[in-house]
Amino acid sequence: MSTGPNILAPVTALGAATLRLLGEMGAMFLFLADGLRLIFASPKQIPKILNQVFVIGSKSLFVILLIGVFTGMVLGLQGYYTLVKFGSEGLLGAAVALSLIRELGPVLTAIMVTGRAGSSMAAEIGVMRITDQIDALDVMDINPMAYLVAPRIAASLISFPLLTAVFDVVGILGGYVTGVTLLGINEGVYFYRIESSVEMADITGGFMKSLLFAVIVATVSCYQGYFTHMRRDGVGPEGVSNSTTSAVVLSCVFVLVADYVLTSFLL
Amino acid sequence: MRATSGWDIRLDGLTVGYGDHVVLRDVNALLPAGEISMIIGGSGCGKSTLLRHVLGLQRPMAGTLSVGGRDLFALHRRDFRKVRRRMGVLFQDGALLGSLTLGDNVALPLREHTGLPKATIRQIVLHKLALVGLADYADYYPNQLSGGMRKRAGLARAIVMDPPILLCDEPTSGLDPVNAARMDHLLLDMRANFPGMTIVVVSHDLRSLDAIADYVLMLHDGTAAFAGPVDALRATQDPYVRSFLDRRADEDQRADVTLAPEVQQALDAWLDR
Ligand SMILES: Nc1ncnc2c1ncn2[C@@H]1O[C@H](COP(=O)(O)OP(=O)(O)OP(=O)(O)O)[C@@H](O)[C@H]1O
Ligand SMILES: [Mg+2]
Repeated sequence: MSTGPNILAPVTALGAATLRLLGEMGAMFLFLADGLRLIFASPKQIPKILNQVFVIGSKSLFVILLIGVFTGMVLGLQGYYTLVKFGSEGLLGAAVALSLIRELGPVLTAIMVTGRAGSSMAAEIGVMRITDQIDALDVMDINPMAYLVAPRIAASLISFPLLTAVFDVVGILGGYVTGVTLLGINEGVYFYRIESSVEMADITGGFMKSLLFAVIVATVSCYQGYFTHMRRDGVGPEGVSNSTTSAVVLSCVFVLVADYVLTSFLL
Repeated sequence: MRATSGWDIRLDGLTVGYGDHVVLRDVNALLPAGEISMIIGGSGCGKSTLLRHVLGLQRPMAGTLSVGGRDLFALHRRDFRKVRRRMGVLFQDGALLGSLTLGDNVALPLREHTGLPKATIRQIVLHKLALVGLADYADYYPNQLSGGMRKRAGLARAIVMDPPILLCDEPTSGLDPVNAARMDHLLLDMRANFPGMTIVVVSHDLRSLDAIADYVLMLHDGTAAFAGPVDALRATQDPYVRSFLDRRADEDQRADVTLAPEVQQALDAWLDR
């Protein structure tokens, strides 16, 4: 029987890890519920929310523009060489616009904002945790959830759809640059195909995705920073660094999983 | 023991620690209102930990802690917050918010809890900063200041709401003698100007002990070595208390500072000796 525990060890470890992840997801849901409730705690939240919108926007806008243009250009290129095989390169505008609006815009925006703003949410809140700043807020009877977390969730809900819209627009322009300027598709056809194929449902779908991703990224990032001191894989600065890494990795994973689930409902 | 009055802080059989690691066991003391109590003891003996419990940031492992006659950990959330609003706190490293200027840090409680006009808030903030000698630094960020300046700014923030209970974790450590004396005078002034104010100071500064303490809680060896008025402290014959007050190390605790020969050799090689 001496081999028994050895054989079972990986299974036990997997089970324990799964339970831990589930427990953590439950805790994140409660964290999110508390954060959402506190958005409306007082009118004093408004300037904090606007400030966070500015922070998220100023951190992410440039990278969104850059990635948006190149994604659109690549889509234009790939789409053209696929469509031209079937003699239907005129459909390029529709292909580019639909991929961007329904899928790539919300997902890539969420991933880019995770890297820029989500990571800094986790790091900033994590540093505040390990230097007693969160305890100091608590002692001053300022709810740290209301002061730090709620404005970040609200600001994400505002900025994600806006940044996604920017991504979609510059992406469509990027597709225009490859398709029309470089490969010579008719300009009128490019835009006509976009207009005739994109429906309101596509836009609402993309919009809903960006809202969902906003909630995921803000919750996961703030949660990781907020509970830096409870981590088992490192204390102090190392804990903050691990929290930041977890925030980015978990946000991206959850965004992609949620994207699949939501897409299967929308289609 | 004195009758409970005002915002005194009473520790009854208090046992505190982290996880199941006990830091302090069975501490009994009554930190009286209207006086300056000093919590003294060696580095790492649990002074900050005890303070975190008084602030309600951590629950004790056993015993009770009452503030103004109310058991802090038996109160409902609302009543607990009412008690804690009475406390102003200076954390050991200041714990100023790094993203706000000193002025905004000190103004924060006023902004969050009062509807006072901006100009009034600014005036109060400058006054409190002037009290700690930082009137010219309102627009600096905490990491543009020295440790001692951050500490003084932390005190300005702690007293901005005129709390009846003031808790300070090592207000004078890291300060030069002039600023340390100034900090002591500030605390004495607060006691004189706000009768009934409970002031608790964590420190191992013996000069502050002479200058300001009315009541002393001395921690040693995981428990209270002494709790009582400062005069009784001076009269006590307890050997640890005496060695602390006389600033004397035990002979048998003198460290052996000579190096083992092989270590000495390795260091010599590194230093090219
Ligand atoms: N977060 C923590 N987790 C576990 N143990 C801790 C933690 N913080 C402090 N301790 C332990 O508790 C004991 C008391 O620490 P505390 O910070 O209260 O000391 P202190 O009396 O304030 O010292 P100093 O005068 O140096 O500030 C120490 O032995 C320390 O190792
Ligand atoms: Mg300490």
